Amino acid sequence: MNAPGEGPILEAPILEARGLTRRFGGLVAVDDFSFTVREGAIHGLIGPNGAGKTTTFNVISGFYAPTAGQVLYRGRDISGRKTSALAAMGLVRTFQGSTLFQEFTVLDNVRVGRHLSAGAGFVSRLLGADRASERAADARARENLAFFGLQDLADEPVSNLPHGHQRMLGMAVALAAEPSVLLLDEPFTGMNPEETRRMMDLVRRIRDRGVTVMLVEHDMQAVMNLCDIITVMNFGALLVEGAPDDVRNDPAVIEAYLGAATDNGAGHAA
Amino acid sequence: MPEPAGAANPENSVWRIAGRLKLVFLFAALAVLPYLLSYSQQEIAVLLVVNVLLVCSYRLMTLTGEWSLGHVVIMGVGAYASALLSKRLGMPVPVSMLAGGIVAAGTSAILSFPLFRMKGFYFLIGSFAAGEIIRLIWKRFTDPFGGPKGLKRIDAFPDIDTGFLSIDFYEPVNYYFLALVVVSASLFVLYRIERSRIGLTFHAIHWQDRLAESVGVDTFRYRTLAFVIASFFAGIAGGLYGHYVGAVNPTRFGVDQMVYVLVWAIVGGTATFHGPILGVVVLTVINEIVLRGLGLDTVRPLIYGAILILSVLYLPDGLESVGPRLRAWVQRRRAGPAAAGGGAA
Ligand SMILES: Nc1ncnc2c1ncn2[C@@H]1O[C@H](COP(=O)(O)OP(=O)(O)OP(=O)(O)O)[C@@H](O)[C@H]1O
Ligand SMILES: [Mg+2]
Repeated sequence: MNAPGEGPILEAPILEARGLTRRFGGLVAVDDFSFTVREGAIHGLIGPNGAGKTTTFNVISGFYAPTAGQVLYRGRDISGRKTSALAAMGLVRTFQGSTLFQEFTVLDNVRVGRHLSAGAGFVSRLLGADRASERAADARARENLAFFGLQDLADEPVSNLPHGHQRMLGMAVALAAEPSVLLLDEPFTGMNPEETRRMMDLVRRIRDRGVTVMLVEHDMQAVMNLCDIITVMNFGALLVEGAPDDVRNDPAVIEAYLGAATDNGAGHAA
Repeated sequence: MPEPAGAANPENSVWRIAGRLKLVFLFAALAVLPYLLSYSQQEIAVLLVVNVLLVCSYRLMTLTGEWSLGHVVIMGVGAYASALLSKRLGMPVPVSMLAGGIVAAGTSAILSFPLFRMKGFYFLIGSFAAGEIIRLIWKRFTDPFGGPKGLKRIDAFPDIDTGFLSIDFYEPVNYYFLALVVVSASLFVLYRIERSRIGLTFHAIHWQDRLAESVGVDTFRYRTLAFVIASFFAGIAGGLYGHYVGAVNPTRFGVDQMVYVLVWAIVGGTATFHGPILGVVVLTVINEIVLRGLGLDTVRPLIYGAILILSVLYLPDGLESVGPRLRAWVQRRRAGPAAAGGGAA
């Protein structure tokens, strides 16, 4: 963990990709990509649209098996393991866009998030003997909501929530799983500047609780302000890695984003 | 979602008492019912009670979002297993019924390995194929399954004779009460499962399996769990059926029977626990009273098809949505004049 006020002390690698490759048919979405995330860091992963960021998250979190290469978590090879098993090891991701249990209440969403810590046997659930552990899970779920200022919305159906709140709820669900490493895919998308500022603050607080954060984000100002280290990828491969100030001024990065901007007619680079 | 499993709704004691009272009335009515029926109607009532368990167990499986076409075959697995275990091994019928449920559950546990590699439409087709394979096995292996003719003279449920009280389960009334007890107990278990965190997890997998998986839910395990529980109770329903009718054969568990289960579930609605019960009860009543009365029971599949289409078009949320809709309508009617009247308090 890091001592408060001294900035992050970058520790041993907690997450590592080695020569990670993922093909879809002829398309190489992630191409021999390597990086290292240190424990206690807020690590940015950026790149133009279609660079392979979400695919990288999908491979790390076990949704896709890598075509080649390895993912190491605390030094152990975890490539190809089940998503749920990885979550149990402390590796939890959020989704690009609002992926929630839309038909549930806000609280029930977070209660599902507490799946791993609210264990009880089949028979005790049948007999209602899980009441104590469920009550504890409930209380913790409400704490998770309160962390994001959503406690008053606990009994609302998710579909009533504005977009910004849905994004926060997505993080609350992930945090309820008590991760050691949290992978955030575009957490600030669709948020207004005020919400973004609040979310950045929350991400820092999550890190200060001892959670390592890796995040994909197109809001460059947010990324530059928040991250200790930034990995830039382009066409599935590593382009540059470094501190925010180095990355910001790197000609290759500017070139990649400008290239993408002229290709798309509009870029995300701020 | 009308019944958020284990939802955080306040436990209002007045409503709970009202709910309990309703249940008491329901059971009182169910206890009186067979005495109002003719002999042949009593026989139908027995099968109806068995079908309630069949369709309710089916609904538990659908909570995870997967619809199977093999459920009736799984019921058959329970029926065959219980019949054979009592006939060949001399197992007492109550025990063989339980064992039939366990064999059905075990069968689906094995089937879940190939089947849950698939989702949605592919799962549907896969479950159909698996069911047909099981039916082929029954047809092909005359020993012990009796081939296309199936098993006959299945042991009856043993009479209870305690001297002053003797119950002969050959009588439909008595078997009706037996089935009622077994099915009520089973429904209670199914209800408890759905209201527990297990039910919440099933629903979660249905709505967003990727999100559920990402917070540590082993979706394969939970889909299997739903399948196995549903199959256990389908197997129990099969045992109740087999030992009552006294004969089972592969045709009885064919795809047309599966279609009936689907129609009951869809017409009743699967969002609530009672939806499928409504479906099977209403359609059975229509079937037995209206169709039989009009002499139309030969065109039953046609009429069922028409009912299915009509209900999908005009009642997409099923019969279970009729009550709440009526209530909302009455409330609006009541609120309407009051709001328009304004003024007096
Ligand atoms: N399941 C899939 N099947 C086929 N192609 C895919 C699949 N997933 C991603 N791709 C392709 O892989 C490439 C990388 O996509 P990815 O979603 O990882 O990009 P990204 O960096 O997250 O982009 P964005 O910033 O727009 O979210 C794209 O060309 C995409 O079309
Ligand atoms: Mg993406």
